[in-house]
Amino acid sequence: VPSTNALLMLSGTMFAVGLAGVVLRRNMLVMLMCVELMLNAVNINLVAFSHRMSSIEGQVFPIFIIAIAAGEAAVGLAIIIQLYRLKNSVNVDDARELKG
Amino acid sequence: MDNVVSMMPTIIFFIVGAIAIASSILVVAMRNPVHSALFLLLTFICVAIVFFLMGAEFVGATQVLVYAGGIMVLFLFVVMLINVRNIEFEPMLSPYWKGGLGLGLGLFLLLAGMVRTGNYHPPIVQPENLSTVTDITRTRDANGQIVVTETKRANANSEVVGMALYQEYLVPFELASLFLLVAMIGAIVIGKRDLAAEEEEAVPQFIRERAEEEERMKEAAGA
Repeated sequence: VPSTNALLMLSGTMFAVGLAGVVLRRNMLVMLMCVELMLNAVNINLVAFSHRMSSIEGQVFPIFIIAIAAGEAAVGLAIIIQLYRLKNSVNVDDARELKG
Repeated sequence: MDNVVSMMPTIIFFIVGAIAIASSILVVAMRNPVHSALFLLLTFICVAIVFFLMGAEFVGATQVLVYAGGIMVLFLFVVMLINVRNIEFEPMLSPYWKGGLGLGLGLFLLLAGMVRTGNYHPPIVQPENLSTVTDITRTRDANGQIVVTETKRANANSEVVGMALYQEYLVPFELASLFLLVAMIGAIVIGKRDLAAEEEEAVPQFIRERAEEEERMKEAAGA
């Protein structure tokens, strides 16, 4: 079984890639995908410590996180569709009405 | 040979982890969102394999069903609904790409530096906490006395998770169901077209003419 260090390294790398992706990309869909990537990295972390500490809590909370991620994806995609109807674009820079 | 067999999960983990990291980088790097979504699917499946390796079977199965089966299909549908235009001419990176790259790299270095020392709580090795359930059966013996027998069953990770979900975490579980209901209603309300505007157009011409005729006749009768 892989060590906790290796698992946390995987999780940290995925989280950093997801965070960089949210800032780097302009396409709203890809940004939402990167948010999902970050949520998934957290799940790896929880499961790694569940294994290390022999505690089932680390396997219960990923299920809640997955549920939250599903709801977040549904609402986020609905907002993106509506914004696409309004602007005919999924570029975040086209939605800047609130910018002062 | 025996050594290789015992090392097998670690070897699989390093292969799968390398694929997961590579495909998560490709999610960010791909220009076409459809490719991004497919690489995200690959990442989720690799993470599910890691969960299976760690003995978290229920979480792994949920990952495959909900993430790979549900969320990714939703993403692909929306990507294919929206991105039909030619996207080659659009700029891919935001104007803050240097900051984003620095932020990601900085966070990676920070996390790697923290992980490298490996100073965590010492491991608690009680694998029965994660995968063993106790079945309690009550039977009557020859004298009519109730005999309680407890039998332990191994390899029951899903049952242990279910017990925790429905006993200790029942309230958060029900709140999660409420959250999903609210998210569903919200997605429908936000995502639907403006129905009032369409209904106005959908009224056929002859009905509108008849309504105007009646209006005129009423006016004439009143006058």
